[in-house]
Amino acid sequence: MSAFFAIVGRDLKLAARLGGDALTLVLFFVMVGAVMPFAIGPDRVLLAQLAPGIIWIAAFLSMLLGLDRLFRADEDDGSMLLFRHAVIPLEAVVAAKMLAHWLLTAVPVLVATPLLAVMLSMDGTSWGETALALLLGTPALTAFGTIGAAVTVSLKRGGLLAPVLILPLAIPVLIFGVAMIGAPVGSSAAMLFLSALSLVSVAFCPFAAALALRVGTE
Amino acid sequence: MTELATQPKQPNWFSRLAHPGNFMAWTRPLIMPLAVLTALAFVTGLWLAFFRAPLETENVGTTLPILYIHVPTAWLSQFIYGAMFAAALGTLVWRHPLADVAARAAAPLGAAFTVLALFTGALWGRPTWGTFWEWDGRMTSTLILLFIYLGIIALWRAFDDQLKAARIVAIFTLVGSVNIPIIKFSVDWWNTLHQPATLITSTGPRMAPEIFLPLMVMLVSFTLLFVTLELVSIHTGILKRRADSLSRQAAMGSAA
Repeated sequence: MSAFFAIVGRDLKLAARLGGDALTLVLFFVMVGAVMPFAIGPDRVLLAQLAPGIIWIAAFLSMLLGLDRLFRADEDDGSMLLFRHAVIPLEAVVAAKMLAHWLLTAVPVLVATPLLAVMLSMDGTSWGETALALLLGTPALTAFGTIGAAVTVSLKRGGLLAPVLILPLAIPVLIFGVAMIGAPVGSSAAMLFLSALSLVSVAFCPFAAALALRVGTE
Repeated sequence: MTELATQPKQPNWFSRLAHPGNFMAWTRPLIMPLAVLTALAFVTGLWLAFFRAPLETENVGTTLPILYIHVPTAWLSQFIYGAMFAAALGTLVWRHPLADVAARAAAPLGAAFTVLALFTGALWGRPTWGTFWEWDGRMTSTLILLFIYLGIIALWRAFDDQLKAARIVAIFTLVGSVNIPIIKFSVDWWNTLHQPATLITSTGPRMAPEIFLPLMVMLVSFTLLFVTLELVSIHTGILKRRADSLSRQAAMGSAA
């Protein structure tokens, strides 16, 4: 267990010391949301109506675009080879990296949602529902993303491939995430489905991703 | 008994099939008869559809014949993913070299039949629903399936090392096949306009028998078409691998 948390801590430390990756991500998230009024028009009523969808799309895109960092640096500097011979199985290493990635991408985005909520003239309850939906849905996005990152890690010119692969798989997250907004909290089917999807994908994805990493880096 | 024990164990047919040369030799004579059979099935199906079955019905009017292409291609779009799933298991569990080639050959075919299903669906939707595209559950999940096929093709093309590519794509195919039911369910839950299942219901097909028969023949013809194309495509894939390794050998020779 200490090895697990050591890896989480290492990734967080690396991100904190090596630059503003999390900050850039938040900036991207806010900018995607802020660009929408230019495309749709500054109508406050319309914006408030579309705001949950806009925030979900912005979060979806920023989570997908950050994928490549998940394993790329470790693959390039050789840490991945050490991980394969770590005291904990590679599946646990992947789970640790997944947790760190979620802390580094989803949490900053969640923290930044009030800013977008104000800009898109959302009221308090619909902001709360959107934030709750993001909190429940982002683990699934991270889990699917981990598979995408693991599958493309051995490609030198992977580029946009991981997001393109993962986007169709992540559509259910978007469907349930948007559907639970506006539905009564606690009893909505969408919320239960979203939570189930997150739990199952978080449990299942480390195995698939670790298998892909073993094949990809052998 | 002692004589038998000293003899090396003869590999079973499944392992012998792994030798690309054996596979080519065994299946090459099959291609021509399969092609002829496919053509005959198509002729029969189209003859039944246009000369034996009504050309229009009350609810869809004169657009009925689109059915005979739309339903088989939609069936193949899912069937081919099933075939790729089987091939992915073959790659990961038995490391069967032919499974790699078969999976690679199936992906573009699956994408092509999915495009055909969507295209004929759009043509059909315009006169009957009044729109080319509707965000209806089944259409949307077919579109997502097409995205998955295209992603898999892109993944195949991104790798230099085809052995590694086969195993990585196999993992992704398995992940996709776990997800496809979830996607279908979520999208259906999200919005439904397409007519519910007509062919397979607990009370038998809800369809006039004179339309049902040509549809079945067309389903068989399209499936045969896929099998024929898949076989030809596997042969091409094997030959291509052989050509690649020969050219690599030649390059090594000239370098030394």
